[in-house]
Amino acid sequence: MSYAIEAEDLRKTFTGKREVKALKGVSFRVEEGTVFGLLGPNGSGKTTAVRVLTTILKPDSGTARVLGHDVTKKGALVRSLIGLAGQYAAVDENLTGRENLVMVGRLNHLDRSVVTQRATELLSQFNLVDAGDRPLKTYSGGMRRRLDLAAALVARPTVLFLDEPTTGLDPQSRNDLWEVIEQLVEGGTSVLLTTQYLEEADRLAKTLVVLDQGRVIAEGTPGELKANLGATVLEVGLNTVDEAGRTGQLLAALGSHQPVVSGTLVEVTVDDGAQAAMAGLRSLDEARIRPVTFTLREPSLDDVFIALTGHKSEEEKEAESAADNARRKNRRRSDERELAEHLPFSEGPQLAEEALGGSGSSSTGDNQ
Amino acid sequence: MTTAITAPTVSGAAHSNNPVEQLRWGISDTWTITKRNLLAVTRIPESLFFSTVQPIMFVLLFRYVFGGAIHTDAKSYVNYLMPGIFVQTVAFGATYTAIGLSEDLQKGIIERFRALPMSRSAVLTGRTVADLIRNIFVVIVMTIVGFLVGFRPSTGVLAYLAGAAIILLFGYALSWGMAVIGLFAPNSETAQVMTFPLIFPFTFASAAFVPIASMPSWLQGFATYQPVSVTVAACRALMIGGPAQTWVIQSLIWAGVMLVVFVPLARYKYRTRT
Ligand SMILES: Nc1ncnc2c1ncn2[C@@H]1O[C@H](COP(=O)(O)OP(=O)(O)OP(=O)(O)O)[C@@H](O)[C@H]1O
Ligand SMILES: [Mg+2]
Repeated sequence: MSYAIEAEDLRKTFTGKREVKALKGVSFRVEEGTVFGLLGPNGSGKTTAVRVLTTILKPDSGTARVLGHDVTKKGALVRSLIGLAGQYAAVDENLTGRENLVMVGRLNHLDRSVVTQRATELLSQFNLVDAGDRPLKTYSGGMRRRLDLAAALVARPTVLFLDEPTTGLDPQSRNDLWEVIEQLVEGGTSVLLTTQYLEEADRLAKTLVVLDQGRVIAEGTPGELKANLGATVLEVGLNTVDEAGRTGQLLAALGSHQPVVSGTLVEVTVDDGAQAAMAGLRSLDEARIRPVTFTLREPSLDDVFIALTGHKSEEEKEAESAADNARRKNRRRSDERELAEHLPFSEGPQLAEEALGGSGSSSTGDNQ
Repeated sequence: MTTAITAPTVSGAAHSNNPVEQLRWGISDTWTITKRNLLAVTRIPESLFFSTVQPIMFVLLFRYVFGGAIHTDAKSYVNYLMPGIFVQTVAFGATYTAIGLSEDLQKGIIERFRALPMSRSAVLTGRTVADLIRNIFVVIVMTIVGFLVGFRPSTGVLAYLAGAAIILLFGYALSWGMAVIGLFAPNSETAQVMTFPLIFPFTFASAAFVPIASMPSWLQGFATYQPVSVTVAACRALMIGGPAQTWVIQSLIWAGVMLVVFVPLARYKYRTRT
């Protein structure tokens, strides 16, 4: 078996005002011609790992190889084999989209004629034909992001690094990008992608690794990871904190892990969503607790973390700011909306019961 | 996004160990970056203003407002003034290197460059060469403006061009110094704040606008031998006459020292910046 990427015991500490151990011995391997997912909460070291693998940053110790070439010793060679779309769109504001692609192509040492043709090709592939000759200042965030991804593909890299490529993309663009990645992999490209979305890793990645505070805390196929976790999250919103506490105790029997009670919200990961929902509603009814919301959803990365580490990520704890909470709430809301199309649970327990009785099986999320 | 994507071609073609090939690509990369920086100058109105309108205003200010009160050996103050204006313009313009470079670092475009198979020094060389080309343009514009307000160089075309070359060389060396600041500054605002207090005393406590003899004695030592002054003196001698040799040599030494110190420092910082 030959590997597209091999990381062995990578360590990196940032020294500065505050010492940060960003990588504390990270190892993984990526098979050629597959998508590999690097997951982890904010500050877990995903970007640092990508920067080491793309020769931007020297590790303090450990080795990293791309297609068998050591990234610190054969940096120039490695750079000619890889493509990178970093976490933040790295494009030139003062140039047009086309000029950006041509510049990157030329810096990849492609011939002028090849570059011109390739730029046109990529602009149409990423739906940027109309905007192609406008300066980037007039681009929206998502357009910039798409151009950045196009720039990573100019030289048809053999190994592609994508750091949170779909963050900031609308659902259509996200789906389009997934298709692009799948086609690239069919053509033999190897892809390492970092993401916050389990759904994305689920759809694309053959294998994945979960980082937490600079360490690998889980690895395997998406299926294995989710199987460990329980397939579905049952989320119940209550009127009072007191009710939430009692609900937590009632639902403890349903899940493979302890329910998590935060405020008036109770979350429990369960293996069989439909069974758990029925049992849950029944026991709530017996205890005369009337939930405000009752939702089944895909486990999010947060749930993976809580399940795997029993704690929220350090950074998250630090930054449980209003903005953060708002974002999370928004995401929940959109998850609920997705689900609502299949199971209108959030309409209220009664409706939910009807839906359960009617369909009998539960489908969560809308992937595939 | 439905077009079929062809399989990756044999990549790695960009990589070569042949030194001639490497040099050829090094030049190509530098030119690509230079073009990119020059395009930015034409597309950021502020930067165009900074490099042309502002020096013109300085010319008018010193020619018509302060000039009358400044007494020099030269026959006319405008002849004395213009070489000073050239050097000042180039020095002020160099601050743009620091700001532009730290902006590039901040916006992440350099992150992309660092993962490309391009020559690593092209980012810095392309930046300073773009500055050089902008300075050539600025010196031409300022020469025309000078003529319009009565500047009459009297030493012939070759000597004039030699004076211009001295200015451009000094400006190029200074750009590398500014690149160092741009690489050390945590962000572009800081870069701006750092460059100005540096450039200001060098341009104004110099022979650019007033004779050094008119300054207090404690300042004269610094004002006589600092790089801006010797470059202005060399340029003045070459453009409007006078003994040029010692000033030219001193200016060349300054430029050489600056390049020897700043080029390796900038390249080191570029390589190691996290
Ligand atoms: N250049 C740097 N200097 C100092 N500290 C850094 C630097 N880059 C990253 N860090 C720190 O290293 C840790 C890991 O950061 P990294 O960017 O790799 O996380 P991440 O997993 O990509 O997070 P996110 O999901 O927010 O992008 C963080 O604590 C971060 O503050
Ligand atoms: Mg990151």
